[in-house]
Amino acid sequence: MSLAEITNEQVVFSERLMKRIDELKSHFPDDRKKSALITVLHEAQDEHNNWLSVPVMDKVAEVLGIKPIEVYEVVTFYSMYNQKPVGKYMFEFCRTSCCATRGAEDMMEYTCKKLGVEMNEVTADGLFQVKGTECLGACGYAPMLQLGDYYHEFLTPAKMDQLIEDCKAGKVELLSKV
Amino acid sequence: MGKKILLEHVNVPGIQGYDVYRQMGGYRSVEKALKMAPNDIVEEVKKSGLRGRGGAGFPTGMKWSFIDKKSGRPRHLVCNADESEPGTFKDRYLMEKIPHLLVEGMITSSIALEAHLSYIYIRGEYMWVFRILEKAIKEAYAKGWLGKNIQGSGYDLDLYVTCGAGAYICGEETALIESLEGKRGNPRIKPPFPAVVGLYGNPTVVNNVETIMDIPWIVNNGGEEFAKIGIGKSTGTKLISASGHIKNPGVYEIELSISVEEFVMSDEYCGGMYSDRPLKACVPGGSSVPILPAELLFKTAKGEQRMMTYESMSDGGFATGSMIGSGGFIVYDDTTCVVRNTWNFARFYHHESCGQCSPCREGTGWMEKILYRLENGYGTSEDIDVLWDIQRKIEGNTICPLGDAAAWPVAAAIRHFRHEFEYHVRYPEKIKDRKHFEYEPWEKVKHLMAKESVLV
Repeated sequence: MSLAEITNEQVVFSERLMKRIDELKSHFPDDRKKSALITVLHEAQDEHNNWLSVPVMDKVAEVLGIKPIEVYEVVTFYSMYNQKPVGKYMFEFCRTSCCATRGAEDMMEYTCKKLGVEMNEVTADGLFQVKGTECLGACGYAPMLQLGDYYHEFLTPAKMDQLIEDCKAGKVELLSKV
Repeated sequence: MGKKILLEHVNVPGIQGYDVYRQMGGYRSVEKALKMAPNDIVEEVKKSGLRGRGGAGFPTGMKWSFIDKKSGRPRHLVCNADESEPGTFKDRYLMEKIPHLLVEGMITSSIALEAHLSYIYIRGEYMWVFRILEKAIKEAYAKGWLGKNIQGSGYDLDLYVTCGAGAYICGEETALIESLEGKRGNPRIKPPFPAVVGLYGNPTVVNNVETIMDIPWIVNNGGEEFAKIGIGKSTGTKLISASGHIKNPGVYEIELSISVEEFVMSDEYCGGMYSDRPLKACVPGGSSVPILPAELLFKTAKGEQRMMTYESMSDGGFATGSMIGSGGFIVYDDTTCVVRNTWNFARFYHHESCGQCSPCREGTGWMEKILYRLENGYGTSEDIDVLWDIQRKIEGNTICPLGDAAAWPVAAAIRHFRHEFEYHVRYPEKIKDRKHFEYEPWEKVKHLMAKESVLV
């Protein structure tokens, strides 16, 4: 898809998302609705295959009544927003000190080898991606990874194999419920 | 067993929900606070000697007393739940296990500050915890602890939870406020401090999760009771999140009066070393604080027993001490490479620098590159001096403390483990494999350094 095609795409937010956005906006004073931006972007990303295209960002700007640039500058600052398409099951391994000392690097190498990909690469079927990330606050439960809204901790090669199988079978929940 | 203030009821089945929490005495501090003069609550917190649990250790009561109540502008309480300091995972545990204690603490503290709109700002990665807090807040609204006219007192309070999206810097209080306003997390120049100009330009107090969760106990039992626990100016209990090469990683509530040795070796806490290998070093308060070599961990440079208190942990200053910080206690055994670990931290700070101040934006990147070079066998002995020079020029020259936080671990690693850096320069072929010290721990190879340098 060319950039022009991507940017001309018409984005429609679902009724559920619009309702959720209204709820989030209600948490802030009338002249401060922009405060909902970071939370709203998470919700929008969840509804659009876990990444934020320019039209999706523009739509967020529209519903919050702010300028598109105010959305872009936030999206480019925070590491949880994906600006490109990602694998459906994105394994984000914590690789900071505490996890590294308890085998995070070995787990990342194992997973890449198992899936036949390099770091950050998406598998040909679009299902998997392996990424390294910085401290996720699970230091005592290492090695671990984040998948969607959830953490998978105390990983071993056997647990990793099982997780991959469960993903393939569609048995893994990605999003937590409101 | 030490006294438990925060985790007393943590294992009660159903404590996550409102009903059980209430049965166990939850929300009593709100009832009490509503009958007290707000400034009396602040006085009680001052008496408790409670110090901010996020890392800086600033007295909470004093912070509260700085909030501008004269201007008549609306005031806000913001809870910093952006826990991201490597080694720290205590707030997540608290919020997951007993979310209503945070809600109760937020209400009681808001009453003290006379705030009517308060927020909990949680890191985006803790999305499932965000949902837990949302649910707890909804329950509190339904039971009349939040909203208009709380429990018929005439006091109004709205409390909401909002989140970040993966930025360590948002744990810095002014960056957090920027982020809460829907912007990039760039720290603000202080002064003015948030107590005067904070969220939406209004007087604001930002407190850590654990700090706020201590408030109900203090209000219920009195500040003096809290101050009876601990040693000197380290009062009460503190959560320590222990990780690394220990038998029992996890979150522990300790009285601020036990020794470091007891904490590491006793089965009640860390349970000693994982795989029974020798202890090499410890980062006792989150990645930003100086690393301590084993010989300075259990005893201070003066030969006194080192205690788990703010004062004892920093005994000796940065030359031979460290800090209790956020309580992120990371233990390393002799398979750990200090150079590799320092590179790991440097990469973290480079990734997390917001980019506003050039010493931090550029300096963290330079440090990461040089440490990578050293760790992979391409370093020179000059690199070690350059590294020292860079960290010295970052420290104290940035808007926020992230610069210092990036500089300190590098400085401490060179200060205490310079010989290991030199080993990396002199024996590049021996450190090519990242597990070099797993195969041949430092103790086995250090004799090589006694040989006359081939570089001279």
